[in-house]
Amino acid sequence: MDVVVENLPLFLEGFWTTLRLAVFSGALALVLGTLLGACRVSPIPPLRGLGTVYVELARNTPLTVVFFFVVFVTPQLGLRLPFFPSAVIALTIYTAAFVCEAVRSGINSVGVGQAEAARSIGLSFNQSLRNVILPQAVRTVVPPLINIFIALTKNTSVAGGFFVAELFNVGRRLTNGHATAVTPILIGVAVFYLLITVPSGLLAGRLERKVAIAR
Amino acid sequence: MSSVLYDEPGPRTRRRILIGTIIGGALVAVIVGAILYRLSSQGMFEARRWDVFADPQVWQFLGNGLLATLQAAAVAAVFAVILGLLFAVWRMSESPALRMTATFIIELFRGLPVLLLMFFTLIVFGLESYWAVVAGLAIYNAAIIGEILRAGILSLPRGQTEAAYAIGLTHTQTLLMILLPQAIRRMMPSLVSQLVVLLKDSSLGYIVGYLELLRSVQNLRDFFGNRYLFSVFFVAAGIYITVNFALSRLAVYFERRGSKKTPAGVAAGLDEDGAAPAA
Amino acid sequence: MRVRRLSGIAAAAVLALGLAACGGGSGTEVDSEASFPAGTTMAKLNDAGKITIGTKFDQPLFGLRGPSGKPEGFDVEIGKIIAAKLGIPEDKIEWKETVSANREPFIQKGEVDLVIATYTINDERKQKIDFAGPYYEAGQTIMVLDKNTDIKGPDDLAGKKVCSVEGSTPAENIRTNYPKAELVPTDAYSNCLEPLRSGQVDAMTTDNVILSGFVDQNEGEFKLVGKPFTKEPYGIGLKKGDDKFRKFVNDTLKASEDDGSWKKAWEETAGKVLPTPTPPAIDNY
Repeated sequence: MDVVVENLPLFLEGFWTTLRLAVFSGALALVLGTLLGACRVSPIPPLRGLGTVYVELARNTPLTVVFFFVVFVTPQLGLRLPFFPSAVIALTIYTAAFVCEAVRSGINSVGVGQAEAARSIGLSFNQSLRNVILPQAVRTVVPPLINIFIALTKNTSVAGGFFVAELFNVGRRLTNGHATAVTPILIGVAVFYLLITVPSGLLAGRLERKVAIAR
Repeated sequence: MSSVLYDEPGPRTRRRILIGTIIGGALVAVIVGAILYRLSSQGMFEARRWDVFADPQVWQFLGNGLLATLQAAAVAAVFAVILGLLFAVWRMSESPALRMTATFIIELFRGLPVLLLMFFTLIVFGLESYWAVVAGLAIYNAAIIGEILRAGILSLPRGQTEAAYAIGLTHTQTLLMILLPQAIRRMMPSLVSQLVVLLKDSSLGYIVGYLELLRSVQNLRDFFGNRYLFSVFFVAAGIYITVNFALSRLAVYFERRGSKKTPAGVAAGLDEDGAAPAA
Repeated sequence: MRVRRLSGIAAAAVLALGLAACGGGSGTEVDSEASFPAGTTMAKLNDAGKITIGTKFDQPLFGLRGPSGKPEGFDVEIGKIIAAKLGIPEDKIEWKETVSANREPFIQKGEVDLVIATYTINDERKQKIDFAGPYYEAGQTIMVLDKNTDIKGPDDLAGKKVCSVEGSTPAENIRTNYPKAELVPTDAYSNCLEPLRSGQVDAMTTDNVILSGFVDQNEGEFKLVGKPFTKEPYGIGLKKGDDKFRKFVNDTLKASEDDGSWKKAWEETAGKVLPTPTPPAIDNY
């Protein structure tokens, strides 16, 4: 365990980078995903098409392939970015598709009766969306969104294979220097990941139960 | 539902939608055009970037990469499903001590990146990269599949369990013979979607040194030079998308079939008990 | 794996593309009469008629996997020479890819019989495994863009981003001896090229021979700067304590240096780009 204690600053630095990756890409993916979700339910066919194509492409491409594209292929196309922003972009592209689907199914999960009722008491499209549909949709969307964030946190480890010195990368580097203490180092890395994923998981579970009871 | 949200569009709204369609179409065309222009201005369509594909060995090499991807994913999927069943039963066992250990183990594996699990098997157990990929994928996905199955079991109406007890089945028998088969059916779409995730994650083999499809791309680049990176990547990405898309369609198919069959099948009888299926 | 089924056309394809790494290696004659004292690793391998050798699959000139699936390069040729002495023909050699990080565990767990993978002999590694050789001595140097003028040696790396492979000796050397340089680690040397081209890193460092392969592969884009600033004797990794096997490998290396097969192996692979060196003295510790 000494290795972990000795290298705690390195671990913390990696943890910080992991957190930043998760938060930045999470925020960007939320924005992009919501926009795409709006595209997918919009009455304008080309936008619906755009949303659908994006989601199908991004969901069926492995994250590693997205990273490979952003880090190694786009420089050939003349688009050059430092490693950290590249990683954020790759994670955002990938995660946005899942956010989009969560948002869409959240909207769809609100019962038709709700919309009918809203319309029948004379609310306009905007009013019924804002006052009736969306508040309910948000409740159902939040737990899956937290789960997407957990997946994103775990996915940030892929950035470690593409030049970003986050937790996984730090762990790998340390295992090279301390071949005799491989297990404690990797356990150390694992603990840091669990620090994010387990509390988020518990939160998602609690919210889910709350929503379920409210129904 | 969207149709309920607004009235049948009148002439004005139709015009607005038409204008929106034109603007939206133009927007999409601009995006696609910009991408194509970028690619061609950087010379990505030049023959000198694509002539490697005249060599059948390149195709063969990519084909082998795909086979390696599918092989690792298939083997891992089998282990993941078996282990997942085990996890589900374990976590629903009667003994609280057993339940707690199961919860701990499942939460542990579920909370860790697959890549870390692969790396752990690679370095700590000194396994070959192929087995590192398989083990990492199997363990992680087993935890997820276990949870999917458990959710499936929990979503079944209580009457199922009660009836099973009533005819004298034990807890384990009830789980294995009554609840799990129904849960598997009910959760089929989620299970197939999870297998798509598993297949995609096999590309992490790229990072732990397993020669799957993506690593084959890298290898071809190393061998033939960077000039061919775009074309080889393009083809490989196409292969990935096609395979995953096909598998995703399968999930959708199961979903449709499931939703059509449920009322006529087992669940129909349940609804009469007044227990609403909580899907 | 099944990738390596076809091998025949490989050499032709390689030559046609004008690449340095080449199949070749037909010069080594298999010693079909070889016999060894019972109980030794040599006898075991000879009886089995096959051997598993770990090598790099992404290192131009030394061990680079071609589209045929087989690795090609100087390390591979050395492996063939040793196998031949054990009475094992080259098609009975199973090549396993080792990356810098998993070489020691592979030897310790017996996944491979030998590791010939641009593997620098050092004391830390010797605690876990043993080394035969060295069969070649490389030195760490720096590669930059051809137009770069401000990096002339390792001391100019301060404040610069330097790409290298995690777990390799050159990377550790930068960390310990040039801490002002910002090391950007990755897992394959070829991954450093694109960032170097696009300016995301300023330099790339590893052994001169590896870098020469890249300079050669990417005509006019990159150059090496300065003299090698370390000595990297490449050894053959094998199980710790197997002294008889180590002596056998050492003797085989010595013999190959004397009878010209070492030189031939070099000239067919790395020698296409690099001058033929004098082999270093073998250290039979």
